Amino acid sequence: MTSTGDTGLRGSEGETLISEREQKVLNIIETARAKRQKFRDTQITMAHGAGGKATQSLIEGLLVPAFANATLEAMADAGTVPVLGGNVAMTTDSFVVNPISFPGGTIGELAVNGTVNDLSMAGAKPLALTLSLILEEGLPADILKEQVAAIAATAAAAGVPIVAGDTKVVERGACDQMYICTTGMGVLDDRASLSPSSLRPGDKILVSGRIGDHGTAIMLARGEFDLESDIESDTMCLWPMVDTLLDQVGPSLRCLRDATRGGVASVLNELARASHVAMVINEAAVPVHPAVAGAAEILGIDPMHVANEGKMVVIAAPEAADAALAALRSAPGGEEAAIIGECKTEPEGMVLMATAFGGKRVMDQLVGDPLPRIC
Amino acid sequence: MKYVDEFRDPALGEVLAGEILGLVEPGRHYKFMEVCGGHTHSIYKYGIDDLLPANVELVHGPGCPVCVIPMGRVDDGISLAHQPDVIFTCFGDMLRVPGSAGTLLDAKAEGADIRMVYSPLDALRIAKANPERPVIFFAIGFETTAPSTALTLKRAKAEGVANFFCMCNHVTIVPPLRALLDSPDLRLDGFIGPGHVSTVVGVRPFEFIPTEYGKPIAVAGFEPLDVLHAIHMILTQIKEGRCEVENQYARVVPYDGNPRALQVMSEVFELRPHFEWRGMGFISQSGLKLSEAYADMDAEIQYGVPGIRVADPKACQCGEVLKGVIKPWECKVFGSGCTPERPIGTCMVSSEGACAAYYNYGRFAREREVV
Repeated sequence: MTSTGDTGLRGSEGETLISEREQKVLNIIETARAKRQKFRDTQITMAHGAGGKATQSLIEGLLVPAFANATLEAMADAGTVPVLGGNVAMTTDSFVVNPISFPGGTIGELAVNGTVNDLSMAGAKPLALTLSLILEEGLPADILKEQVAAIAATAAAAGVPIVAGDTKVVERGACDQMYICTTGMGVLDDRASLSPSSLRPGDKILVSGRIGDHGTAIMLARGEFDLESDIESDTMCLWPMVDTLLDQVGPSLRCLRDATRGGVASVLNELARASHVAMVINEAAVPVHPAVAGAAEILGIDPMHVANEGKMVVIAAPEAADAALAALRSAPGGEEAAIIGECKTEPEGMVLMATAFGGKRVMDQLVGDPLPRIC
Repeated sequence: MKYVDEFRDPALGEVLAGEILGLVEPGRHYKFMEVCGGHTHSIYKYGIDDLLPANVELVHGPGCPVCVIPMGRVDDGISLAHQPDVIFTCFGDMLRVPGSAGTLLDAKAEGADIRMVYSPLDALRIAKANPERPVIFFAIGFETTAPSTALTLKRAKAEGVANFFCMCNHVTIVPPLRALLDSPDLRLDGFIGPGHVSTVVGVRPFEFIPTEYGKPIAVAGFEPLDVLHAIHMILTQIKEGRCEVENQYARVVPYDGNPRALQVMSEVFELRPHFEWRGMGFISQSGLKLSEAYADMDAEIQYGVPGIRVADPKACQCGEVLKGVIKPWECKVFGSGCTPERPIGTCMVSSEGACAAYYNYGRFAREREVV
């Protein structure tokens, strides 16, 4: 583009004053955003479950302070328990997705992969799971059997045994068919030391494949939009891919995050805030299936805000970025991995998108709830 | 995506931006209003501002349908949603708009059966699936969405769906534009005309802008090249001393609009004597209600609503933002008291609202370096 530098258009005194005032307002906002969120709501709305800012205020404003401890405050996907000479990692997750079967997956597969992936993101090799079922009165036994078979097969494929469990039944209407809670235990792998606050300017940002498939598949499976496509949920176990990454570039990895509710945008904003860095994402480099892009276009949703169940964000030191990309691409399911951006110094805590059209904009976390009960 | 990517071509954008730079006189400041919230959204989403010379300023207009709904109407909607057995349906953006005592989302959490729909036909489908329960559709929008509401009501009547009702908040675009142009504190050099509305009403209704008020206008599409092209057209008019209505969006917008859509609107709706706009007060003949023939489907008549006028919160400057008098960040509560997660004003709620668009996408001064 033609430079505007020498045209005399910028920098007249009036304009400078205006942009200084604007910058001051923006600085106040950023200071407010950097503070820990307060939980001030009078009741729970669906937005608190959407993985965006309302969820963040519930976690940071109510839960973390109530259970105050250093492990929880680190806000990683799994917490560590330093016992038995090694670092044991634990995590837990509940699944309330509607419908319980959808193209590419089922609630049972999500329940295993979701928890296994949370352990993997902490750099922990998954060792065992517990399983808790909440069943609605009247649930057909055949549906339950199907889901139990899916859970068994997914756990076997991940090589993680289910070692304990619990079952509850509630009156018809008190839950929607079935809810599942899984808790996982793993052991921290010493090939890497991962932390959401370890990012530095210059680090590269990668995604392990095309984004937005899971959320889009669920959305279309609900049949509310009269849209059809062949998009399937991307639910998969990420441990083999993480294992490859740890092997190839372990010491150069800063952080791993699976981009579930709230999508890639929420993960990036959390990391930018935790590490006090800026991020610039190159829109044209982000892999998105054309049908996902099309559905997002029609529904007015950004694919960066759409949930994934088998995709992770990888932050790697600059010199190891190409090797990390090669490692991701060599693993099954990582063929479309890409380097999508870079960490910068300023503006601290913000994620910016360099648009494919050539402009720049902020990419914020999701507010509100375009689609409840996605996982 | 075919027919979309062509209008997002960065190379063409660069060429247009270069030509725009050649059209502006250094030292002169240009202020153009994009009337439609869809344009505001596009401008921020694609970073179009970044491609414009610093002396071309875009001012956001009153064309976001959610943003112009006054608090009293939200309260009326919530009171309908709390009626026994009612299923209340509306577009997603409306759910978070604050009334005087909470939002529709709060009402939902309190037990009201409120469902988000993407189209009035979805609401009609819900009515047919629940024949024993009244289903109310909270209709909002300019002439863009009014025809689909009208068609849905026509269909419901033809099919004898007796449990389908509509609370009509549809508005028309020309009266608020006149109100704006008559307002003394506004200084504008031209308008980017609302493309979606124009697909229905055509280009003709905007002729008064150049003829009566002497401002050029280009009706524009919503892709980034459309917006840049419209700015190019307006600047060319100014440079050549012309002042007229031009149609940048001719691939979709016919000069006389869509006669069938206008026909069905006139069957189903009639003008209200006046309608309240957020921050702009009452504007004559700017709102639509259901006509006599559809009175039995008019939720306001069938159920009665409190209809109490609620003053906008004192701190909120949505009215000035809607009129383009101030920029979103110049509002006293922008980003501190009023944020997308806790909006005070409507402009912070809808993705098309100028404040939400600026907060979500634009919260980064144009001149600032990334290092």
